[in-house]
Amino acid sequence: MSFEFAARLVDRRLDVQFSVPDGETVALLGENGAGKSTVLAIAAGHLVPDTGQVSLDGRVLLRVGGGNRVDLPPHDREIALLSQDPLLFPHLSVRDNVAFGPRSRGRSRRASLTEADRWLDEVGAVEFSARKPSALSGGEAQRVAVARAMAADPRLLLLDEPMAAVDVSVAPVLRQALRRVLAGRTAVLVTHDPLDALLLADRVVVLDHGQVVEEGPTREVLARPRSAFAADLAGLNLLNGTWSGEHLRLADGTTVTGLVTGPSPESGGQAVATFRPGSVAVYRDAPAGSPRNSFTTRITALDPLGDLIRVRSKHLSAHITTQAAADLDLVPGIEVSFSVKATEVSVYRL
Amino acid sequence: MSISRRFGALSFLAVAAIAAALLAGCGSSTKAPTAKPVTLTVFAASSLTGTFTDLGKKFEATHPGVTVSFDFGGSSDLVAQIQQGAPADVFASADESNMAKLASDHLQGETPRDFASNTLEIVTPPNNPAHISSFADLGHPGINLVICAPEVPCGAAAKKVAAAADVTLKPVSEEQSVKDVLAKVTSGDAMAGLVYATDVKAAGAAVHGVVFPQASSAVNTYPIVTITGSKNGALAREFMTLVLGATGQTVLAHAGFARP
Amino acid sequence: MTHQRAAAIPRWIYLPAALGATFVLLPLIAISTKVDWPHFAALISSDSSRAALVLSLKTSGASTALCVLLGVPMATVLARTSFPGQGLLRSLVLLPLVLPPVVGGLALLYTFGRNGLLGHTLAVLGIRIAFSTIAVIMAQTFVALPFLVLSLEGALRTGGQRYEVVAASLGAKPTTVFRRITLPLVMPGLLAGAVLSFARALGEFGATITFAGSLQGVTRTLPLEIYLQREGDPDAAVALALVLVVVAVLIIAIARPERAGR
Repeated sequence: MSFEFAARLVDRRLDVQFSVPDGETVALLGENGAGKSTVLAIAAGHLVPDTGQVSLDGRVLLRVGGGNRVDLPPHDREIALLSQDPLLFPHLSVRDNVAFGPRSRGRSRRASLTEADRWLDEVGAVEFSARKPSALSGGEAQRVAVARAMAADPRLLLLDEPMAAVDVSVAPVLRQALRRVLAGRTAVLVTHDPLDALLLADRVVVLDHGQVVEEGPTREVLARPRSAFAADLAGLNLLNGTWSGEHLRLADGTTVTGLVTGPSPESGGQAVATFRPGSVAVYRDAPAGSPRNSFTTRITALDPLGDLIRVRSKHLSAHITTQAAADLDLVPGIEVSFSVKATEVSVYRL
Repeated sequence: MSISRRFGALSFLAVAAIAAALLAGCGSSTKAPTAKPVTLTVFAASSLTGTFTDLGKKFEATHPGVTVSFDFGGSSDLVAQIQQGAPADVFASADESNMAKLASDHLQGETPRDFASNTLEIVTPPNNPAHISSFADLGHPGINLVICAPEVPCGAAAKKVAAAADVTLKPVSEEQSVKDVLAKVTSGDAMAGLVYATDVKAAGAAVHGVVFPQASSAVNTYPIVTITGSKNGALAREFMTLVLGATGQTVLAHAGFARP
Repeated sequence: MTHQRAAAIPRWIYLPAALGATFVLLPLIAISTKVDWPHFAALISSDSSRAALVLSLKTSGASTALCVLLGVPMATVLARTSFPGQGLLRSLVLLPLVLPPVVGGLALLYTFGRNGLLGHTLAVLGIRIAFSTIAVIMAQTFVALPFLVLSLEGALRTGGQRYEVVAASLGAKPTTVFRRITLPLVMPGLLAGAVLSFARALGEFGATITFAGSLQGVTRTLPLEIYLQREGDPDAAVALALVLVVVAVLIIAIARPERAGR
């Protein structure tokens, strides 16, 4: 069982098809106007496409054009929506906000409150229980919104840029809360931040101008984007390894030093290091005695990228100026050294 | 209505005053026209609207250059306005008690003269659905009787007549004025009402009237008087004479008024 | 509450504002100077005065309740749906706001009167509306309803539908959303509308006297009593007018919209 989505909307030039396997989270990645929000609106039942079919766990939620027309109202779709604005009901306490879903589905008041307490605990928001939403910070409110969406026990969770309106300093806490609740859940996450996709999604669907341009397992798409568009958008250097307690040890024995973001990985546990291609410097010879991370690698391709050149190797890419590329006399096939400061590298627990 | 009329009169006076001042300033060579326009202001009870408008026209016809301006309203309202200094030359009241209020303020130019009287009459919708034929029938339940409130003259009269006839009236509504009573009867919501004979006559085919002998126990007398300080004292007295004379009495009788 | 400086308004604007305030307040002061204070208590506690005050409060309360029952659904339909002719319907619904109340009374008479549109049907059912307290409540509701619809529709539009959308996504059926989200969120607007309706009902005169008649304890509300007493006992009329003013001011002060706000 899973979520199947197919819809065409001519006047928004949207033609999208994708599916979410049961218990997985799919990230819809794309720039503003790519059609991500339209997809969510159709799935949630706020917009009817010209043609399309949407089904969840074998139940048809929407069918337009072809077959009997079906258009279930939003409250009957078992799809919860979490947007960037927490939209907690201002007249209800935090606890009653979270209890709203189960209460609306006919559970008793007592059972609904128990369910609310469980989910507030899950997102680390028990202490706010009695407060009114107006007394919460943006990040706290969003965590409560997550708990509220989960307490409704939806078959599918739609997350529309849930981190966009949250302060950078509290984003990691919220991201962790989402990671916990999304485990084993069927969910669609709309984002333009590849990092959110990396940490929260199993699969990625990349949208551009209303079309799916690429899809696949998250790390594969982010690390080795096949389309130039996905590369521009995602284009993140990702390195998997085990955490030694101080640095990340890759399979080939190379060590990577970086800043741990979010909860610290366990020693010997899986972790991932990420850095942006723009922060990579390229040398013909490895600089000696530098505090930088350095990776010796062979150039596979050189792509123009506006004023920059993207230097690609098997696993990594670097963006450098055309002038620097000419000075270094770079051509595919030669061996170079990619160097990146430890402060530019983020390490995440997996 | 009455406000705009009065305002009209006031603004006319103001314009006339300004014009006169301008003419005087221009020099003495220009002579004013021989028949100077005069406005006679008459305050009269609203039940006199039809008859007095008629008489006003007749008066203007025999008095060239004279305009008769009327202010029709409830007698108590008119008295209050005169007491506040409204520029009335003549006042015709629908009852004696309101006329008496002017005497205590020394506003009567002379002794008032009674010029007409009016008595109550039963009024029903044209088909008389409740088959009312006597005053006693008004005591029957379920006829939706509407009368005036005892606070207003027509209600006081109704109370007096009921006492004289020894009939207990159970009205469903006690209205502010005879006009309101009449409206409830013509709309068909009330099957009987008590109004003045003149109102029945004025309503014509819209209603059916039932005369009853006990009405004589409450005769409403209409007095008329000139107002102290009137600038048109002579004309005001002439108007009073017209109302009291043969012409006036014919017009009033035609409208259903009885002699005083 | 806040010490923030509000955006400056032109100084000259205080003059016409003060003029307007004087225009409204001066007549109220004038009426209180006309009151026969030594006899005030006796004047307002006569049987007829008390009956009129009690009737006024009862009927205004009932018509406000009726306004809420009918006006909340009307405002919701106007604010949350769109259909052809909606603009026209809104104008018609708000018509009593601009109609002279007497015209409203006539319209009601031609609808519910004995010879009115529904008169025969009502007579068959044994229902008599004219000259009853029901007629007073109907007349008051007719003139007061637009006040509630107008302020509530404004509140609904300003509030938007974002919370309703979220509530539906949590599985709440439309009725649940309406009861638990929509209504509580527009409560300040609803309260303001109800207060306005009550005040309008309390002052209602023209439609009542035209449609309901005037009988002590049954249909003669405070404004009708004042109008009647003006004829026979002007002192009582002035005293009662002051009572009406005080009651109206109290109601608006107690339930004024800012207080009802979150």
